[in-house]
Amino acid sequence: MPRKTYVAAIQEALAEEMRRDQRVFLIGEDVRIGVFPSTRGLHAEFGDKRVIDTPISELAVAGAGIGAAVTGLRPIVDLMFGTFLYLAFDQIANQAGAMRYMYGGQTNVPLVFMVQNGAGSSAGHHHSQAVHQFFMNMPQIKVILPSTPYDGKGLLKSAIRDDNPVLFLHSLSLGGKRGEVPAEEYAIPIGFADVKREGRDVTICAAGPTVYTALDAAKKLAAQGVDAEVIDLRSLSPWDKQTILKSVAKTGRFVAVDESFPSCSAASEWAATVAEEAFHQLRAPVQRVTNKNVPMPFSPVLEKAVLPSEADVIAAVHNTLA
Amino acid sequence: MHHQDISVDLALDIYTRVLRIRRFEEEVGRLFRQGQLPGFVHLYIGEEAVAAGVCAALTDEDTIISTHRGHGHVIAKGGDIKRMMAELFGKATGYCKGKGGSMHIADFDIGMLGAIGIVGGGLPIAVGAGLSAWYSDRERVSVCFFGDGAANEGSFHESLNLASTLALPVIFVCENNQYGEFTPATNAMNITDIADRAAGYGIRGVVADGADAFEMYRVAKAAVERARRGGGPTLIEAKTHRRGSHAEGEEAFLAGQTYRDEAETAAAQAKDPLRLLHSYVSENGILPAEQLEALDSEITQSVAEAAEAARNSPDPEIESLFDDLWL
Repeated sequence: MPRKTYVAAIQEALAEEMRRDQRVFLIGEDVRIGVFPSTRGLHAEFGDKRVIDTPISELAVAGAGIGAAVTGLRPIVDLMFGTFLYLAFDQIANQAGAMRYMYGGQTNVPLVFMVQNGAGSSAGHHHSQAVHQFFMNMPQIKVILPSTPYDGKGLLKSAIRDDNPVLFLHSLSLGGKRGEVPAEEYAIPIGFADVKREGRDVTICAAGPTVYTALDAAKKLAAQGVDAEVIDLRSLSPWDKQTILKSVAKTGRFVAVDESFPSCSAASEWAATVAEEAFHQLRAPVQRVTNKNVPMPFSPVLEKAVLPSEADVIAAVHNTLA
Repeated sequence: MHHQDISVDLALDIYTRVLRIRRFEEEVGRLFRQGQLPGFVHLYIGEEAVAAGVCAALTDEDTIISTHRGHGHVIAKGGDIKRMMAELFGKATGYCKGKGGSMHIADFDIGMLGAIGIVGGGLPIAVGAGLSAWYSDRERVSVCFFGDGAANEGSFHESLNLASTLALPVIFVCENNQYGEFTPATNAMNITDIADRAAGYGIRGVVADGADAFEMYRVAKAAVERARRGGGPTLIEAKTHRRGSHAEGEEAFLAGQTYRDEAETAAAQAKDPLRLLHSYVSENGILPAEQLEALDSEITQSVAEAAEAARNSPDPEIESLFDDLWL
């Protein structure tokens, strides 16, 4: 199977879906040049109408995506960084997610918002935040945060084919990561986790870059005789509760690892659900490993200290074994 | 007013739209005061000529986006007053099955893409509808109604600029009704004409008399034709006047305070769009007064029937809470 980078896999998904469906187009600032290489080269193949550069106007571009979606097209709106979604909050929270319901099912909103999520490039607070926790709280917005090239491509293809608004979050820090991506056509359905490592003693749930943190921790734990199961949630809304509960039924221990502000994080939701629905299977209190509760600092040393670390995960696992 | 270019059929069409909006809104005001309607209602009385004139210049394929003060736009685009009234009552038979209400009525079958309750929230979406027309090589145009208040939102700036840079067939219709809630527009901007802002985006800006339905039609038609020919967006500022409250029952929020003077209100009432239109078409022999009277009775009755039907319609089933979620 060919090995490709994460960004190459995403670029492939975009190109394949644009070839497959004339209604699919890409719009955003500098999508022609492709500041992030995932959109690079698409303009040469698809031209001005299907790869549309815009002014730096996140609110209007997000809304334009909605307007195009409710009139028969399937836009992919690239807003570059997750934090830039904050400039478009009204259109996402008040309009995109609500429209179908608010208008009694008269329309659907087949739209993908695509941004970089998370830290890892030492770019300071405005370009280094993971934003998924905010959008998980918005009704009727699907949120995806894949960790591998294979998952990224397969989930983006599903997002583009989905008839609902989907927020597709890719990770700057994973852009150069390589993985196997089949040459043949495939798509991964939204809403299903993937067990990235099987284990008996503790369930570690993660998404995006923290999957690697969890896997690294699991390796070290194995050396200590602790057999950790690592679940990559992949889709954050809707999310695959069943796979987690099934795992916790086996392990009796749960650690949620999430690159978010601690309060109302994705980890909070997973942990609360496990505490609520699997309490009697738990042998120890659930644990959350999240960002430190500070704005994202610039210094590489400080940035690293804010993010969930391998040591944090190992310590949390030890808490469940104590 | 001189409107030799308006045919008898068109005059009747526009008059009917204005009158239907007026009678509908009067009934909604009554129902609200009687405590029959939940929530808030924002009436379009005094501004009818804008929606009527503009929508008369559109085809069924053209789309519109509306505001919290949106009943008039739905009616002018050809909406069904029965389904509107049922929605205002929050009933299962309403346009949105009781999930939208007064500020969120849509009728996608007639190109009414929805009323948006957030000031300025509709402009970007209208740009997208215009983008869709451009993308599909359709001659469809997208019209966005919004108020003077929205002209001070960032979305206004971003949307006009985006529509301009892509030369999209979008017509921005600013209904300058002189008030953003209780604040006079003159206290919220240091310019006289919002249409002047068009120059800043490199598009055409036009000021129109929002009390004159035929003028609104003519100005809109020119903008529509221009957009269909690929001439890009136009900003039309309709000078109009909100006759009544920001929202019905606003006295509760004002607690005895006032925010406009009587002389201004009287002057604006003298320019009532329905009365002006009635005088023009009857006095110039375009439409006989008897015909207008018969039309009025018919519309008044249909509005009363819509209210009655809405009252007698079932509430939504609680189970419907979970309908129309993700496909």
